[in-house]
Amino acid sequence: MTTVTRNISFNEALPALVSAQFSANGWFDGREAALQQFLALGGIPTVKTEDWKYTNVVSFFKNDLQVTLPEVPEVTAAQLEATGLVLPDTFRLVLVNGVLQPHLSQLPPASQVTISKLSEAGSQPAVELYFNQSPRIGEHHFAQLNAALFNDGLFIEVKAKAQVELPIQIIHLYAAGQARLFNPRHLVVVNEGAALQIIESAAGLGLADKVVINSVMESVVAERAQFSQYQLQTGGNNLRIINQNLVEQKGKSVYNNYTFTLTESEFVRNNLNISLDEERTETHMYGFYIAAGGQLIDNHTSVDHRMPNCESNELYRGVLMDKSTGVFNGKIYVHEDAQKTNAFQQNNNLVISPDATIFTKPQLEIFADDVKCSHGCTIGQVSEDALFYLRARGIGEAEARNLLVKAFAFDITAKVNIPAVRKQVEQLASQYLNA
Amino acid sequence: MLDIKNLHAAVEGNAILKGINLTVKPGEVHAIMGPNGSGKSSLASVLAGRESYEVTEGSVDFLGKDLLDMSPEVRAREGLFLAFQYPVEIPGVSNINFLKTAVNEIRAYHGQPPMQAKAFLDMLKSKQKLMEFDANLMNRSLNEGFSGGEKKRNDVFQMAMLEPKLAIMDETDSGLDIDALRIVSAGVNKLRSKDNAFIIITHYQRLLEYIVPDFVHVLYNGRIVKSGTKELALELEEKGYDWLKEDIRLEEPVQ
Repeated sequence: MTTVTRNISFNEALPALVSAQFSANGWFDGREAALQQFLALGGIPTVKTEDWKYTNVVSFFKNDLQVTLPEVPEVTAAQLEATGLVLPDTFRLVLVNGVLQPHLSQLPPASQVTISKLSEAGSQPAVELYFNQSPRIGEHHFAQLNAALFNDGLFIEVKAKAQVELPIQIIHLYAAGQARLFNPRHLVVVNEGAALQIIESAAGLGLADKVVINSVMESVVAERAQFSQYQLQTGGNNLRIINQNLVEQKGKSVYNNYTFTLTESEFVRNNLNISLDEERTETHMYGFYIAAGGQLIDNHTSVDHRMPNCESNELYRGVLMDKSTGVFNGKIYVHEDAQKTNAFQQNNNLVISPDATIFTKPQLEIFADDVKCSHGCTIGQVSEDALFYLRARGIGEAEARNLLVKAFAFDITAKVNIPAVRKQVEQLASQYLNA
Repeated sequence: MLDIKNLHAAVEGNAILKGINLTVKPGEVHAIMGPNGSGKSSLASVLAGRESYEVTEGSVDFLGKDLLDMSPEVRAREGLFLAFQYPVEIPGVSNINFLKTAVNEIRAYHGQPPMQAKAFLDMLKSKQKLMEFDANLMNRSLNEGFSGGEKKRNDVFQMAMLEPKLAIMDETDSGLDIDALRIVSAGVNKLRSKDNAFIIITHYQRLLEYIVPDFVHVLYNGRIVKSGTKELALELEEKGYDWLKEDIRLEEPVQ
């Protein structure tokens, strides 16, 4: 009962906080409305909320959690290098507590991409058009909380037909002296016929206590544009991550999402919502997670097929070790007009400890009659036949198991098109699986 | 090399092997034939150490050691090789990485250092040539998407790489067309020496035209009911197994 009391306290303490500190901050005038929507949804969700049934976050939001505007400490290039996150052959945007640090960044050519702090992007037409407008954003407790409290983030707009040659790596760094809630907020617009790849990494900088990162990124992929988003969730153990990606796709666009959760963070929740607003879009979602110790890794994805002739393809895999918990929920809505939809979904889990748990739920709601949809969930151990085959060739049991688990993972990493990302993910996966 | 005495084994409580006796010496090739369900593949599985089989009686001596006391990997490291009736597909494990791991684990068991990359590749190339094995298959995942024939050839190629002392070939000929059969047999013949031995399990005499055995045994109802030379295989081909079943029924003790 104590946790519930605390939860109510947090919810009750918010209005004063918002009006006192955030309302005067910046161009966004929807904070109060967002706060009201957050409270109307019930505030911080409890396990009684369907989408948070297995994922209890209430204890993260205690009274002493700081939600004031964060200070932004000076970060040096050496500190950035020491995070080990910097990838070669990329453009780079470094954010500290949600605020872009130009001196640590390497921007792509301005002739191709407009990049600015979100706090300074209020007059951009694309911001006016798309900011906080994603379909279903009103359903998300934490996206509403973010809208009420965000301080800053990125605005990225790729000009029509611009093919951004190198991926842009976005490194999110967080520094705080005590428990704190961060609400970074980003908007990415990839205009007609343009192509962009981003790679996101996050880490804490000498965090003394656990912080909650409640991040929201809205993306719009315009007609015939291509956007690939890699999320490398590899940060340290003091981050609790609630991560929302809301994507809108226009006609003939392609969107690829790769979410790799290979982290020491005790808690990661990803919400990926994709809205297919026009015809002939293509969407690929790949996820891979390894949970160990007492970690909880939760992936909620949803795809709204609103128009005909769109294709979505989802493959998530996870390895659950020790006393960890995994949650996968994959919703696919095929709306009435979305004839000739192709929607595929797979979630495979290897549960290699008797104390680990996975909750996996495919959820298809189909209101059109001429569609191809499939889904599958598996929960299992490594194949005994494969294990015997390897052992019969002289490979010891432990090593054979290890090979098979890696094979399970590398099936997904093989989908990665950026060699440096693939290498980093495979190294991390090996490291976690060998531990 | 291999000395099987009164071997009994069961799967989930059902007796499958009911007193096998067989001695294999270095340089010999033994063929084991018999109708479906007679226990041929079970014998191969028991010798390789498949855990679903429970040995209920008897002993197996392999090169002076108790084979039944060893895990499957130790059996392999001691020089036993099973060519599978159904080689397993393992997506995500590359053929080449798998072989390197196997070779080096076997070397480590014998106190040898891991093979240098260059030496390994040289060995790979020479065995590929010897076995007429398609080099393009090496970089693919283990058996993934291979045809039936390619899988069997991959197994025999692995045998060439691991240089076992005793190879048990479990219906390697099943699912092979005549060309693949010729290549697989030629490979096996190239590997034959005075120091190693083969147990060839097969339904058909056809394979034994290519790999000529020193001895032929007929397995029926969990026991070896007849042993002879290669002429026995011809006789079986001609008459089938029914005449043997008749004979055995007469010999079967009244229970």
